[in-house]
Amino acid sequence: MIALHDLRKEYSGREALRGVSFEIAGGEIFALLGPNGAGKTTTIRILSGLTRADGGSVVLDGRDAFLDPLWARSRCGLVAQTINLDQDLTVAENLEIHGRLFGLDRIRRREQTARLLDYVELADRRDTPVRQLSGGMKRRVTIARSLMHEPGVLLLDEPTVGLDPNIRRRIWALIKRIQADGAAVLLTTHYIEEAEYLAGRVAFLDQGQLKAVDTPANLMRPFGQWAFDPLHDETRETVFFEEREAANEYAAGQTGAFMVRRVNLEDAFRAMTGRGME
Amino acid sequence: MMRGWSAVFYREMLILRRRLWRLALSMSVSPLLYLLAFGFALGKAAGFEGRTYLEFLVPGLAAMSSMTQAWSIASEINIARFYYKIFEEIQAAPVSAAGYVLGETLAGVVRALMAVGLILGLARLFGVHLEAGPLLWAGVFLNAFLFAALAVAMAMLVKSHADQSMISSLVITPMAFLGGTFFPLDRLPQWAAATLSLLPLTHAARAVRRAAFGQPGDPLDFLLLAGLGLAAFLLAWACVRRARD
Repeated sequence: MIALHDLRKEYSGREALRGVSFEIAGGEIFALLGPNGAGKTTTIRILSGLTRADGGSVVLDGRDAFLDPLWARSRCGLVAQTINLDQDLTVAENLEIHGRLFGLDRIRRREQTARLLDYVELADRRDTPVRQLSGGMKRRVTIARSLMHEPGVLLLDEPTVGLDPNIRRRIWALIKRIQADGAAVLLTTHYIEEAEYLAGRVAFLDQGQLKAVDTPANLMRPFGQWAFDPLHDETRETVFFEEREAANEYAAGQTGAFMVRRVNLEDAFRAMTGRGME
Repeated sequence: MMRGWSAVFYREMLILRRRLWRLALSMSVSPLLYLLAFGFALGKAAGFEGRTYLEFLVPGLAAMSSMTQAWSIASEINIARFYYKIFEEIQAAPVSAAGYVLGETLAGVVRALMAVGLILGLARLFGVHLEAGPLLWAGVFLNAFLFAALAVAMAMLVKSHADQSMISSLVITPMAFLGGTFFPLDRLPQWAAATLSLLPLTHAARAVRRAAFGQPGDPLDFLLLAGLGLAAFLLAWACVRRARD
């Protein structure tokens, strides 16, 4: 379990995080949603020890993470937004280095490498230089690597950015498996459907502040089920309906480009912050 | 305190093994050119203190290469930091700042030892036989440790490859030529010799040269290199801690 309390961070006078607090339980996927610059990556960087917070606290399994940063880092696994692998080394060598960095003994490194390459379905690529892998494979290697030391908390910073939809779904399945194995998973994403599909709870982060934390269903409930969305027209607002028939009936009387679609988390985000996710 | 140093060192050794032949080739080019140019061009016409110029030059080249090869670890760190983003992977691991500095510094030392081994081997092909005893290797080790630790510090301070290259041009290249590598400092005007004796490479070149000629070493050279090495290590440690933000 990980709990953040009143987390604060400032970069050159600009407040990147303004008192962010939330908890994630073991076996839960928690998504941070927000546009660029909202503070998602800063939150992940603080939790993974890459950046120091200016204030607040992080409690990990009952211990203050800031008081014992090396221990805290040993409990967290990080999948960074960029593919940060040694491209000249093989898949197994990248995992081996990670195991050593986290102090795993030789037998455990060997066992974990074999188990995790099976887990991410890359056992046959064990001795392939990373440079020769596709983007999706590289992403799976970073996920396998982050699990080498069996972290209690997994931090995923935009784990599917730039991947095609098929690969993205494979990564989602993998994240679900990690959740089922009991890890607390913190996910940042731009993809609304990713947060809706994966997360048990979602937090809206905007300009360094949490605007809401709840299940996707609860966040979307005030808006009904269906939305009439006028396309390419800033002067007209999205209209929400409980029933599809009502949305279609409303749309029949409208002109211009529009679409009738399901309500999504971006509708809830826009309503709470007055801005979109882009 | 030094937690994680062996993992950092192991990673650099894996990369070194992968590039071993390319690296050995590139390490050999400059010394080979110096040996050819000075060995054949000057031949036996020039010499100092009863030794040929090549005999004088080779220990200087060894000291200089131990500096430049140890310093080159900064480029490896910057590639890992700016291009592959591996530095973040290491920062997110339970590796202490001191452990990181030690791992990278020792990797720089290994590269330097390799380069010096190659130079001494090449020199033999040119008929230069020097004593490669413990004192020579101690001088090389201390010099390489100092410049590798400085390289780690520098790699943390620069913001781009261009900055790194500029610092190398402004600091390392002049030192390589003025640190007693190619000519004896006692032939310079006193003020110039005194100024150049402030350079660590001057002491490294003197320590390595004396050892190579079978002369007793000056403890001051070794103590100075060890002291500066410790200071550089502490500087690198502070820079790595600072790099967390």
